[in-house]
Amino acid sequence: MGVEQKLGDMGIVTTTLEQVVNWSRTRAMWPMLFGLACCAIEMMAAQASNYDMSRFGMELMRASPRQSDLMIVAGRVSKKMGPVVRRLYDQMPEPQWAIAMGDCASCGGVFNNYAIFQGVDEVIPVDVYVAGCPPRPEALIHGVLTLYEKVGGEKLKDAVNR
Amino acid sequence: MDKKLEPILHALQEKFGGTLEEFRDEAHVFVKAEHIVEALTFLRDKHDFELLSAMTAVDYWPQAQLPFGESPRFHLVYQLTSLAHNLSVQLRVQVSGSRPEVPTASGVYAVANWREREAWDMFGIRFTGHPDLRRILMPLDTEGHPLRKDFPLGYEEPQFTFNFDEIQLRKPFAQD
Amino acid sequence: MTELQEVSFDDIKHLVSERAISGENMLLNMGPQHPSTHGVLRLLLELDGETVVNCIPDIGYLHTGIEKNMEAKTYQKAEVMSDRLDYMNTTGNNLAYVMAVEKLVDLDVPERAQAIRVIIVELQRIASHLIFLAATGLDLAAQSIFLYCFREREMILDILELCSGQRMMTTYLRPGGLWRDVPPEFDGAVRDFLKIFPKRVDEYEALLTKNPIFVDRMAGIGILTREDALTYGVTGPILRASGVDWDLRKARPYSGYEQYDFDVPVLTKGDSYARYLVRIEEFRQSVRIIQQAMDKLPGGPVRSENRKFVPPPRSEIGVSMEALIHHFKLWTEGFPAPKASIYSAVESPRGELGVFLEGDGGPKPYRIHWRTPSFENLGVLPVLAKGHFVADLVAIIGSIDIVLGDIDR
Repeated sequence: MGVEQKLGDMGIVTTTLEQVVNWSRTRAMWPMLFGLACCAIEMMAAQASNYDMSRFGMELMRASPRQSDLMIVAGRVSKKMGPVVRRLYDQMPEPQWAIAMGDCASCGGVFNNYAIFQGVDEVIPVDVYVAGCPPRPEALIHGVLTLYEKVGGEKLKDAVNR
Repeated sequence: MDKKLEPILHALQEKFGGTLEEFRDEAHVFVKAEHIVEALTFLRDKHDFELLSAMTAVDYWPQAQLPFGESPRFHLVYQLTSLAHNLSVQLRVQVSGSRPEVPTASGVYAVANWREREAWDMFGIRFTGHPDLRRILMPLDTEGHPLRKDFPLGYEEPQFTFNFDEIQLRKPFAQD
Repeated sequence: MTELQEVSFDDIKHLVSERAISGENMLLNMGPQHPSTHGVLRLLLELDGETVVNCIPDIGYLHTGIEKNMEAKTYQKAEVMSDRLDYMNTTGNNLAYVMAVEKLVDLDVPERAQAIRVIIVELQRIASHLIFLAATGLDLAAQSIFLYCFREREMILDILELCSGQRMMTTYLRPGGLWRDVPPEFDGAVRDFLKIFPKRVDEYEALLTKNPIFVDRMAGIGILTREDALTYGVTGPILRASGVDWDLRKARPYSGYEQYDFDVPVLTKGDSYARYLVRIEEFRQSVRIIQQAMDKLPGGPVRSENRKFVPPPRSEIGVSMEALIHHFKLWTEGFPAPKASIYSAVESPRGELGVFLEGDGGPKPYRIHWRTPSFENLGVLPVLAKGHFVADLVAIIGSIDIVLGDIDR
């Protein structure tokens, strides 16, 4: 018997500040338009007509890191690219998240050699790993929704401590 | 092998004293490093080999370590194509391991500019007279040349364990 | 390790003009993170106002060490790396690789496998050109073409998934044939696609070919002469747009291309618009090839019977001792290749995709070099960009259709 039921018809919802902040963050999360390798094509496919990621508030890919909240590292990160990825991540404003899309970005994939970082988590902190080589667009969308869940559980006091 | 190729190979052997190897209908002609620019120019101008299809190198370390003298550690490979006559020929140059230097072919084929930069980056073969011999693929501070056989693959041992503390310990995670 | 490198100006001083050194011309960095560089290409531009005076590409941001990594694997296991080179033309890379291995060890391929290879590779060529159209359209602010192209591309990926279980990295073509025969649904799926696709090409043309904005952005931009194209080693649709009739499928037919009747589109203008028109025409020719290959598709096995190189079918392993031994030997040790080198090339959507393969008598490649077409095609960019505006550079990069995985390897 909360206040919602008594005042239901008046269009008032009571909630916590935390939930409002987290809800608004997930409903307009702008990813960075930044593809590295094969997975970038599947990322494009996820944006395009058949899979249409804009259903989840992700239609706006920003080319500038200053305007984006989410970095989808789509592809293998070479030793030459790693510092650039780190620079881009540092340029994104807080709060910022990162998805490692595909096997190469998660753990190095089939390329275990001198040129490739064995996982982009050696370069930037990663929130969600999406498996697959390359992951299907559905898998990427699932990864994004998993990230939404994670964001939904964030506490404001953690953000202060960060 | 194509009949039309035979006079060209004869001319090459006469002019530059190259030895001929054949395998699966492909002709490989070995020429000396000092003759390579001349040979490429000759093929391009006299026999219409307009396209330098591929250019790469092979490292024969350590088999090529002869006990004395200059060992030809590298082979440079020039794959040429003639569009007009639909022919292919491969030139090979032996390069010593102690002083890998070859005159540049970038004056003959413009594409050799980048291909030679790649050979320098990957094998450490110097091209004398090259206009812009910098690393092309690897970061500038790389030590060594990755495609040489004495360069390690850089293999990282996968950790087949469920002990996550151990995995976390070894993995160099990035910080915020 | 994650410190950004500073490149000193002295290193590149010999590449820019006097005016840049004195500070009159501006040096601008474009990439590696830039939406219109199609990946992680970095360009250093010397600008006089809006005009590009010099363009210095900096590549290697996707250098994966594939050539070295392949040397550490057996011939069968190295094949998975070939998919990931040019990730828009995955089965085409497989074809280049398996043809090189087949030539090195002298292995026969059944007729049916060759015909299915042609169908799969031509489908992939259409998919690759679709991405060219989508990405170039997007760069030139034509958003709708992007959505249409991906719609058709999904049909092709569905067919590939039907055959191999994977959308992009199929590794469906194997030395000596195919991984397995195509499923019964394959025929219907391909015929559906062939029925729909020609009309869709007309739709793309209606959107772009006579569109004044598109024509203004493409026509007369980035003109490549025949001489420049050849000395820079450019191949594929770019070379054909510059008036050179050279297609490896016609000039040196492989995998049964000589049986099919198709034309090679050649234009003489050499500008971005001509490159676009050549690719549009290649859509139609690829459809013709697939149509003929589907009609003529022979029966029979899809894998060579040479058990020294091709593993036996699963059904034989339970009943035949010999098959078990062959299976065990092939998947643990691999097959040996002679101590010799070959060069074999196929026509990829971007040009001549060559493989230089050298064996040393053992089960691993001693040296494998990929002659990737995008590497040469990008090398000509400084010539094309000279004297154009920065905005035109976007159209030029789009029209040469580079794939960074193909360049950096």
